[in-house]
Amino acid sequence: METTRAGTTVAPASRALEVIGGDLTERSLRRYLEGIPGVDAVGLEARAAALGTRSIKTTSKAWALDTIIRLTDLTTLEGADTPGKVKSLVAKALVPDPDDMSTPRVAAVCVYGDMVPHAVEALGSAHDDGATGRINVAAVATAFPSGRASRSVKLSDTSDAVAAGADEIDMVIDRGAFLSGRYGQVFDEIVAVKEACKRPDGTYAHLKVILETGELNTYDNVRRASWLGILAGGDFIKTSTGKVTPAATLPVTLSMLEVVRDWHRLTGEKIGVKPAGGIRASKDAIKYLVTVAETVGEEWLQPDLFRFGASSLLNDVLLQRQKLTSGRYSGPAYVTID
Amino acid sequence: MTFLDYAPAPESAAILNLRDEYGLFINGEFVPGNGESFTTISPATEKHIATVSCASEQDVDAAVVAARRAYDKTWSRMSGADRGKYLFRIARLVQERARELAVAESLDNGKPIKESRDVDIPLVAAWFFYYAGWADKLEYAGLGPNPRSLGVAAQVIPWNFPLLMLAWKIAPALAAGNTVVLKPAETTPLTALLFAEILQQADLPAGVVNIVTGAGATGSALVNHPDVNKVAFTGSTAVGRQIARSTAGTSKKLTLELGGKGANIVFDDAPIDQAVEGIVNGIFFNQGQVCCAGSRLLVQESIHDDVVERLKARLSTLRVGDPLDKNTDVGAINSASQLGRMRELSDIGEQEGAERWSPACNLPSEGFWFPPTIFTNVSTSSRIARDEIFGPVLSVLTFRTPAEAIAKANNTPYGLSAGIWTDKGSRILAVADKLRAGVVWANTFNKFDPASPFGGYKESGYGREGGKQGLHAYLAPSAFAGSSAFKGDAR
Repeated sequence: METTRAGTTVAPASRALEVIGGDLTERSLRRYLEGIPGVDAVGLEARAAALGTRSIKTTSKAWALDTIIRLTDLTTLEGADTPGKVKSLVAKALVPDPDDMSTPRVAAVCVYGDMVPHAVEALGSAHDDGATGRINVAAVATAFPSGRASRSVKLSDTSDAVAAGADEIDMVIDRGAFLSGRYGQVFDEIVAVKEACKRPDGTYAHLKVILETGELNTYDNVRRASWLGILAGGDFIKTSTGKVTPAATLPVTLSMLEVVRDWHRLTGEKIGVKPAGGIRASKDAIKYLVTVAETVGEEWLQPDLFRFGASSLLNDVLLQRQKLTSGRYSGPAYVTID
Repeated sequence: MTFLDYAPAPESAAILNLRDEYGLFINGEFVPGNGESFTTISPATEKHIATVSCASEQDVDAAVVAARRAYDKTWSRMSGADRGKYLFRIARLVQERARELAVAESLDNGKPIKESRDVDIPLVAAWFFYYAGWADKLEYAGLGPNPRSLGVAAQVIPWNFPLLMLAWKIAPALAAGNTVVLKPAETTPLTALLFAEILQQADLPAGVVNIVTGAGATGSALVNHPDVNKVAFTGSTAVGRQIARSTAGTSKKLTLELGGKGANIVFDDAPIDQAVEGIVNGIFFNQGQVCCAGSRLLVQESIHDDVVERLKARLSTLRVGDPLDKNTDVGAINSASQLGRMRELSDIGEQEGAERWSPACNLPSEGFWFPPTIFTNVSTSSRIARDEIFGPVLSVLTFRTPAEAIAKANNTPYGLSAGIWTDKGSRILAVADKLRAGVVWANTFNKFDPASPFGGYKESGYGREGGKQGLHAYLAPSAFAGSSAFKGDAR
């Protein structure tokens, strides 16, 4: 590290000012992040595995399945995405199971920035403020998934999506900068993206900060990046883009939830968590609900504070849901593809 | 109802095929005992499970005679490889009947099914597998060539891990070529009796393992029987003392695994969330009815408040209740007398000025229950910091420097277990080196493995169970060391 950079001031984000205090510099930020207690990987994984053994049956299972749907960001993030594909995704989001209209709607649809207008259009009145069963539009931004672009490109990527009607921005952090120890740079960028989320009326699109934990590799890094994302102003911290393996895992999500719990203890403020990628089975998703409820508390099981980023999970949940009502398993022919 | 009130997920006791009455298992058969039968109950409901025979002195003698005959005629003459085959067979049968054994254990002992299912029974199988492998390799046990078995082993086990303690005792004894008379605890005989059925299923030669049920008098008759060569006891220090006295001056080889007051030391650089998990696991695992429990938390003063706050939050998520429910974290206390001791010592703790805290929990009205409890402001001279409570009761003490932590950890008549929590590897080694405890866990607690020796210093007993060291308790060096002519004798 060049010594000159250590004294460089970083953006005066209000949360960081309040918690770290003084003149926010690269050095003070680094000291703060490095002072956070370490994570013992064996112990963390053992705790996650233990939470995974909870047996969720009957009424608890029914509630869990509906909750998973309510917390889902139904996602399509492919190079091959078209307006037609997005329209079809939105239709699925609005009516997940045409055979059972009691099925709740998902929280949001998550698309690339250029698809936002199509998503907004397809949602129609379901995207109006105050609509019952409102579905948000989330857009990935900041040169998703790699994040390898200039700051200005990332910022216009963000502001374009917000202007097109995105309610939520899923940004990626600069993992290269993080891994080389340039925490200030990562921090400043999150602060700038947050500003780019500002709408003309002064409100902000919700900002989810994707850590891409599969590239950060260690739980200590995940924990540090979680704190960094929150200190810089993220509304949510999110595990992964879904483009890197491993994506979301239970231990990674547990360690992020522990940070969110500690932040709440410290400031009273509630931050959201979004595991994304790799969660395909209801059984696995239920383990996440258990982990949330037993780590931060049940009040986190609402769309403002917890989301699943998933595409194929929804259909498995619908199959399980049908099984609970009918008493027998149907099959993939009885759920719609989007 | 909220999500966290998970809907009941009970394991069914209906999968058990229990008899109404169980006799003594002597010479490969169930026979009625001459003592007065007693009943075993479920500590969670106080409901009757089965009637069990009580072995009189005469019955114990019959069991020892059967074991001696099996030793002379069969087991001591069998090759190690063949003994190993029986042990492997037993291990596989335990795995096959794991679910049944887990349900029986939770029913009879009161421990949560998730522990009997995920810890006790898998370890039982692991113990038999491990020692099965040793049976034909005794010359590598470190006692020189051709070590010899001892003869008949008298084994008395406690109620806290009924089947696991049976495995810890029987597996090495049989691998080394001894025969066994074992007495399970009077409150938890059920899984030992199911195990006797497994031995029949495994076709183990008659008399190699005999199981006599009963209370203290039966145990006393067994360890004092003139024809036993080896006594192995796990239980309280008081009874251990009596046994040491009564075996003194005899040729009986003795191992004792007694009480403890384990220190769990948390340094300020510890991985804090995992340390909290480790503290919980250290003292609330099996309702704290664990001889190696981390019942004294020694936390560095600078992080005391933070650790206690996190610990209380974590305790509030523990689920106390029906041992057979798969989501239960803390089950029932094994017996009314144990419950009484916990209450008495906890009351004394309060009178001595310590601050008592338990999370809100609805304890069932029937059965024996004690809420998870933390005492803060505990002084080193307090009885709850010195006496073994053997329950879900944690005493929190503080220290300022590593030297003080070591001194306080060692300041106990016991010396069974200790835990160290720090991110610093060098500190783990330096501190572990100075702790007078048979087992020291680093950044974990209450982890067991058949390859790892377990046992105590000071009033926690002597001898080791598990690993190569565990075999030494059941072997003697060959009288003809260096000669291979007598090889058949030991194997």
